[in-house]
Amino acid sequence: MTGEQVIFLIVGAVTLIAALMVVTVRDLVHAALWLVATLFGVAIIYTLLNAGFLAVVQVVVYIGAIAILFIFAVMLTRRQAADTGAALNKNWWAGALMAMLAFAGLIFMLQSWSGFQKQAAAIPLGFDAVNQLGSALTSPAGFVLPFEVASVLLLAALVGAVYLAFNKK
Amino acid sequence: MTFWNDPLKVAADWLTGIFTGWGMPSVGANVLVAFLGVLMLITILMVIDIFLVWIERKVVARFQDRIGPNRVGPFGLIQPFADIIKLMIKEDTTPDSADKVVYNLAPILSMMSVLILWAVVPLAPVMLGVDLNAGALFIIAAGSIGTLSIIMAGWSSNNKFSVIGAFRQVAVMISFEVPMLAVLLIPTILSGSMGMNAIIQSQNIWFIFLSPLAALIFLIAAIAELGRAPFDLAEGESELVSGYNIEYSGMKFGMFYAGELLHAFTFGGFWSIFFFGGYRFFGLELVSPFLAIAIILFKALVGYWVIMWVKYTVMRIRIDQMLAFNWKFLTPVAFVLVMVTALMNTLLRGADSWLFITGMILSNIIVAWVSMEIVRSVSKQERERVEGVQQVAEAHH
Repeated sequence: MTGEQVIFLIVGAVTLIAALMVVTVRDLVHAALWLVATLFGVAIIYTLLNAGFLAVVQVVVYIGAIAILFIFAVMLTRRQAADTGAALNKNWWAGALMAMLAFAGLIFMLQSWSGFQKQAAAIPLGFDAVNQLGSALTSPAGFVLPFEVASVLLLAALVGAVYLAFNKK
Repeated sequence: MTFWNDPLKVAADWLTGIFTGWGMPSVGANVLVAFLGVLMLITILMVIDIFLVWIERKVVARFQDRIGPNRVGPFGLIQPFADIIKLMIKEDTTPDSADKVVYNLAPILSMMSVLILWAVVPLAPVMLGVDLNAGALFIIAAGSIGTLSIIMAGWSSNNKFSVIGAFRQVAVMISFEVPMLAVLLIPTILSGSMGMNAIIQSQNIWFIFLSPLAALIFLIAAIAELGRAPFDLAEGESELVSGYNIEYSGMKFGMFYAGELLHAFTFGGFWSIFFFGGYRFFGLELVSPFLAIAIILFKALVGYWVIMWVKYTVMRIRIDQMLAFNWKFLTPVAFVLVMVTALMNTLLRGADSWLFITGMILSNIIVAWVSMEIVRSVSKQERERVEGVQQVAEAHH
């Protein structure tokens, strides 16, 4: 086992435990903080995959914006951050089953992919992943259309949020 | 390859040789050497941090026409050590109703968010932690961990003032992340890379001469990110006692305080990296890496001094003024500037360097002038509206 695999196993285990804590802890702010830990674990996994840019974006967007927004929302909307009553309802087994099925489906799909068993090729020296990503997102031969559609969708969501929050006189 | 050309590599090779000589596997030796390097960098930073306390106190004293610490040691140089001993032996208090784990984790995260920034700071052409190709974005990512630590500190203290302080501080930090991120795209456009070393290497002309407005916006956003005056409304002594760190005592408070000073120094360093050529100074950096370190530390200190200058000169603004200033003025200007810079950079790419500089500066001046004119007309309207309301009110009396 290489050092990278050991790190991956540790990070993966910590991420999964943190994800489990998100849905089981009582205190909603604690749940949000566990969510931060989960997202951070995902960022480390991106780093292990040599996707440093994605890892940084993950931290900026998910921890810096979304998780902070969750904490704000919990603090502003609730008098008591802790929930009372059972953490799980009687449908917990259906949720667990769905999660297992999704996992099995992913494994099945990956197994039919030819690159599943191969070692990843070494990244050549001086390879600029950010540059490649940028040109792929903006070149007509690449992903410019999905990229722009996603941007318009986000803009529409932004305008919608402003409209909902706007104080009509 | 001698020690004076690349000291870190030589030292690392030497240490790796010793460790493998003891029968350690080479992977383990590499990890250990990297760990020692990180430990050394952090230790040096913390020692610098101790003296930053002294510098801060001396400079604020000068701005307020005082002498500052001058009793302990020559020029009061031992004063920060006395301060630290005092912080260490103070009682470590935790509020009864505090959330213990989160409460203790917050100062650590706060310090970490500052120290982690130095992973991407190039101290010399050959001396840097990691040449991340998303270096400029990394700053924002580390800043979001700082934001998280503040909201954790404010919430876990279970104190009204600390929660309000944390809310304000987080509002400032989230808001000013936007213009900072936009303005960081300008060095990226001009250099064609997001990596710190590449940005420095492409500054044959310092970027301050190509985009002075961007440097100004970065400085303003950095001061807001640091939560220093005029954006220290989270501290608001007269209303909030001291903001999010109100319940902390001893070294836990010390970590927030030291973190703030080192953060300011670090942002002075980033200002110099993005706009003042980092470790470059007329080829002196090529003479020796040690000279390069001296240059970047000097430039960082100058940036830190400018941040202190602003802090002790400008008065605090209200939160609504802060939000309006950011969202209605700074963010649009930053975005317009990014678009104009990208356009000019594409148009003038092949032109000779004097034309390039002139075009860049002119476009900056035009953007600044137009935005100031818009602000002037808006504020004139606002003033007339307020005066009209006052006249109506007076007529009623």
